[in-house]
Amino acid sequence: MSEQKPAARWSLWLPLAVFVGFIGLVMVGLYRPADREVASTMIGKPLPEFALRAAVADRPGLTRADLADGKPRLLNIFASWCVPCAVEAPQLATLKGQGIEIAGVAIRDRPEDVANFLARHGNPFTRIGADDRSIVQLGIGSSGVPETFVIDGKGTIRYQHIGEIRPEHVALLREKLKEAGQ
Amino acid sequence: MIAEFGLAALWLAAALAALQLVAGALALTPRGTALAAIVRPVAMVQGMLVALSFAALITLFAQTDLSVELVAKNSHSMKPLIYKISGTWGNHEGSMLLWVMVMGLSGSFVAAVERRLPEPTMLATLAGQAFVSLGFYAFLLISSNPFTRLSSPAIEGAGLNPLLQDPGLAFHPPPLYIGYVGLSVAFSFAIGALITREVGPAFARAMRPWVLGAWIFLTLGITAGSYWAYYELGWGGWWFWDPVENASLMPWLAATALLHSVSVLAARNALRAWTVMLGVVAFSMSMVGTFLVRSGILTSVHAFAVDPERGSFILGLLALNIGGALVLFGLRASSVTEGERFTATSRESALVFNNVMLSAILGIVLVGTLYPLLAEALGAKVSVGPPYFNPVGAIFAVPMLLVLAVGPLLRWRRDSLSRIKLQIAIPAVLLMGTLIWAASQSVGVLPALGLALAAALAVASLLPLRGRKLRQVKLPVWGMVTAHFGIAVALLGMASDAAFTTERLVAVRAGQAVDVGPWQVTLQRIEPVAGPNWTALRGDLAVSYKGGAVTELHPAARTFWAPPNETNEAALKTRWNGQLYAVLGQATGDGRWQLRLWWKPFVPMIWYGGILIALGGLLALFGRLSSDLRRLVARDKIAFRRARQGR
Repeated sequence: MSEQKPAARWSLWLPLAVFVGFIGLVMVGLYRPADREVASTMIGKPLPEFALRAAVADRPGLTRADLADGKPRLLNIFASWCVPCAVEAPQLATLKGQGIEIAGVAIRDRPEDVANFLARHGNPFTRIGADDRSIVQLGIGSSGVPETFVIDGKGTIRYQHIGEIRPEHVALLREKLKEAGQ
Repeated sequence: MIAEFGLAALWLAAALAALQLVAGALALTPRGTALAAIVRPVAMVQGMLVALSFAALITLFAQTDLSVELVAKNSHSMKPLIYKISGTWGNHEGSMLLWVMVMGLSGSFVAAVERRLPEPTMLATLAGQAFVSLGFYAFLLISSNPFTRLSSPAIEGAGLNPLLQDPGLAFHPPPLYIGYVGLSVAFSFAIGALITREVGPAFARAMRPWVLGAWIFLTLGITAGSYWAYYELGWGGWWFWDPVENASLMPWLAATALLHSVSVLAARNALRAWTVMLGVVAFSMSMVGTFLVRSGILTSVHAFAVDPERGSFILGLLALNIGGALVLFGLRASSVTEGERFTATSRESALVFNNVMLSAILGIVLVGTLYPLLAEALGAKVSVGPPYFNPVGAIFAVPMLLVLAVGPLLRWRRDSLSRIKLQIAIPAVLLMGTLIWAASQSVGVLPALGLALAAALAVASLLPLRGRKLRQVKLPVWGMVTAHFGIAVALLGMASDAAFTTERLVAVRAGQAVDVGPWQVTLQRIEPVAGPNWTALRGDLAVSYKGGAVTELHPAARTFWAPPNETNEAALKTRWNGQLYAVLGQATGDGRWQLRLWWKPFVPMIWYGGILIALGGLLALFGRLSSDLRRLVARDKIAFRRARQGR
């Protein structure tokens, strides 16, 4: 930049070109149907191999084999730092009360925080694995917490529920579990 | 009545803006010169009317007039008066009215006092200002009317988001708006200069105080907003790369670059097209930021009522204003003749480098902010955060800060590094020394670089004063030194926070003590307290620094009932060398309480630095204005003398 040269003519239109690109981009974002959910590409596929240590003292950890023992289950991805996870706790308790087995995966969490969370909101889980680096979460195609998966007895992912389970979702999940058992 | 009065004033102001645009444009043609006389008065009255309209809205909020939809939706009769008033701009419609008011007032201010520009440029500038204002008036009146009445008055208001019930909110948006809407003046100046092709030192000198003024407010607004997020959100962080924060940072970066390039233009008549471009970009960034936040296209903690119709409307305004300005730039900039030349080692080159780096950082922030959209358009879903912004921003920030240390020592036009090598040696040694020390402390790479640059820059920023009689140093130089020193101070705070913060998350019983850094914190008791529209559980903490005197801290968890919500009130204990930050968490159920504690060495430096940067701007502004005033007085004297001699 030793000497200032008169700018080439085309370069004067560069800012406009960038701006037109910006407008195009936001138009796409603005007028596209709001599809903010990311469906797992793993539905219908078997679970990946994993073995997670126990997240709390009073429940065992979780491995792939635990989810492929012939019995369909719910697999709930949660975290103590996640507010919607507290919101769905009563629904998980309802499902548990209906005799459904639920396995949990705690994402990036500390044992004492998980224990506090479960003490406050109830513990519907038979097993809880600690997924400190989101390996299992990513492996099964989950993009956030909470998410709940229906796993059939052979360890295949059959259904994914994104976001908290609200009371109106309980029946649907039970239905999906029944389908998975057939 | 007040609501109807406010609405009428708003419509009138919009009509005057239309008149200002038409009269200003026609006055530039040979047959319309007679219209020139009305443009300034119209601009002034327009500003006054929109200010009256805003005053009407404040009155409605202060009185909690629940027959007005906006008040009913966002206020509550039980709120303290200060939050009733700040509630005026704590919502979409009210904040847009604040935006339009700042725009109208800046326009009338320019019309009232700016006498240095050639008259045609001035007319084009005011017409440009009216053009942009008119779009925003239309937006308010058509899709965001703040004065809509309810068919039957509400019995009680819905309340204001408790996070916003804090002095920080009451104080941070107005300066921020003055800042980024104040940049509309620079935008209109650029438009005016492009239309009349009058880009030169005189133009730069006229534009500089307006840019400085807006920039000072923007700096203060960002500093205050960052501090508000720091203590009100209770997360212990001070910057989250949230879209709204980015929306304020991008105009600031552009305005900072503009501030420097306008100085080059004023002093050396170089960087003509570039300065005009930055004038357009700075306010464009304000508008883009507003669009990103208001359209709901990006998710943010500053969620305003989201409405696709509004998004489309603002997008249309953007296309019209920015697109129009850039087309004008493309057509006219090539006829803005080349400026003066300079060599690679010169003050100009350092400023050009700083400009390019600031623009690069601006680009990075813009790309990072838009990245979720970009990825979504390509079919992926991601969000970017500190792992992107910090290192990628540093790639450009580090060289910029290095040049910042040297640049002010260089002479205009032509200089050699060997002339100032002794002066550079001191900060260079400090830089290396701090780096080596930081490496031995096993600090991360970025914090180490930050600390080293802060140390070097703190010294280097003072060097322009060396060998001068301090009394004779001009105010703009003091301003530059203060602002650059402020950057070093803020950088020290940021790097120190990243490098040395200690954090504890514990569950404690009453009477139990915890250590965090050099502090000992004892939970004495938890007690319920009540405020005007909330109840809270308050922790009484006894804290002592290195076993010294014991003082009390009171973090609290507040529960608001209108609307129902909980907030964490962090408690802070500030010492000269850092801050203790305490947040009260949940009860664990067995008689213990969660406490989150941070010891953040030197963290307040971030905001002291921000204040120093703004103070530097203020000194420069005073210096420029007083010398302009002297020049005007001298010119009048000469004119007076000539007139007398002629008689």
